[in-house]
Amino acid sequence: MANAIEVRNVNKQFVLRHTRSMKEAFVWLVKGRKGDLSEKFHALKGVSLSVGQGETVALLGLNGSGKSTLLKHISGVMRPDSGSVGTRGRVAGLIEVGAGFHPDLSGRDNVYLNGAILGMSEEEIDEKFDSIVEFSEIGQFIDTEVKFYSSGMYLRLAFSVAVHTNPEVFLVDEILAVGDEPFQKKCIDKIKELAGEGKTLVVVSHDLDLVSRICERGVLLEHGQIVMDGPVDDVVARLRR
Amino acid sequence: MSTDDLVTPGRGLGLGDVFRSRYLLKLLVSKELKVRYRGSILGLLWSYVKPGVQFVVFYIALGVFLGLEQSPTNQGGLPNYAIYLFSGIVLINFFTEALGNASRSIVGNGGLIKKIYLPRQLFPVASVWVSGVHFVPQIAILLVACGFSGWRPTLLQLAAAVSGFVIVALLATGLGLLFGAVNVYFRDAENIVDMLLMIATWASPVLYSWLMVRDKLGETFFNIYQLNPLTVGVETFHFAFWLPTTDGAEPIPPHLLSVWIPVALAISALVLLLGQLVFRRLEGRFAQEL
Repeated sequence: MANAIEVRNVNKQFVLRHTRSMKEAFVWLVKGRKGDLSEKFHALKGVSLSVGQGETVALLGLNGSGKSTLLKHISGVMRPDSGSVGTRGRVAGLIEVGAGFHPDLSGRDNVYLNGAILGMSEEEIDEKFDSIVEFSEIGQFIDTEVKFYSSGMYLRLAFSVAVHTNPEVFLVDEILAVGDEPFQKKCIDKIKELAGEGKTLVVVSHDLDLVSRICERGVLLEHGQIVMDGPVDDVVARLRR
Repeated sequence: MSTDDLVTPGRGLGLGDVFRSRYLLKLLVSKELKVRYRGSILGLLWSYVKPGVQFVVFYIALGVFLGLEQSPTNQGGLPNYAIYLFSGIVLINFFTEALGNASRSIVGNGGLIKKIYLPRQLFPVASVWVSGVHFVPQIAILLVACGFSGWRPTLLQLAAAVSGFVIVALLATGLGLLFGAVNVYFRDAENIVDMLLMIATWASPVLYSWLMVRDKLGETFFNIYQLNPLTVGVETFHFAFWLPTTDGAEPIPPHLLSVWIPVALAISALVLLLGQLVFRRLEGRFAQEL
């Protein structure tokens, strides 16, 4: 089966203590570029990863191991310093709940705005609007401004829009921890349903139980490098050790 | 199952992407329009109150006190100075608002840019578009004022005004892309833009007549002065809205239609190209710098 995601030898360095003033940069230039203007932090070191179509992959690791950074490279938000990233088909990310939601707009406006941000056309959103609202269980509040929503409602609507974008590759970062038990269960069912339809799934989460329920394959990152790649239960077991 | 080719995520087509995501552009513009004056009593009226007050201040200070307005006791002034002033001010206001907001648009939408990939050029373009929407009612007021002053424009004059608007819109988009991108790395860019915008009002013949510039500085410097696309834009507006309300005796700058409009269009297009190039060079690192 063809690969949905191909990450080849990706390196990424971050700049810490970055100066944001032209004065400092100018002084640095005049002094003959002595020293480093900033500290570097190696977030990804030679990471290669292939994910086949229909695979469900969990990216695991401690805080700061580069999981989210890798996910951002796959979504295209970040570009690698070296190496290459390729994806096949539409990629939708729930990188953070409700990024792209505007608090002053109504739920309805936000559905359209967020849907369009995630790459849907007007007709697609029109067609799926009712289904989005139904899944989110927002009901009559759809015309209320989003700033009056509870955090749970906010999450439900955001998640609902994202799953309805019908992506081939679905990226999920740390969002399943929010929301109440019934809705969480509904989300997981929906994600499993997507996986069953042959969608590719990449999940970042610290909730190991949840991850081992959803995903088949686990990838363990440590200090920006992949140290283990195998069945999710084995990887979780190693992480728990 | 999809059989598309592997594509590299996060590589756009620049301004071509803006055209392809025009539905998203439309939503972003309507979001801006809805959100801008949320929670204020006057709402959208602020878009008229501010230029209105500015107009009155300039009119009294320059037209009346400094004698730029023609009156029975002051024959050397400009006839219909109020319309002269207002037709220039609306265009400069459009530019000021467009460039100011476009320069801040990338940093302002940082939360989104850091998390989801979408064509980032959309944000500066949306800012310019929003300013274009705010520009429409100001033009309507100008047209009403012109109507009361016996305005009878020719088709040529209207076409000149349209090209003047295009010149300024292209310039604002180009500079907006440029400063919007640079602002991510150096927040000084905002302040540079503020300074430029202050100069913009005075570096074009909005408040005074172009004849004053030529008389004081001579032909050569006047030609340099004319290289500013904003100057040409303002002059086209005078040509279209102010000149037809006078007896037509006032001179317009020589070669305005045959030379300066094409030159200004070319300069604005070049600025847009430059802004686009710089933007595309810098956008790869937006997510980590914001």
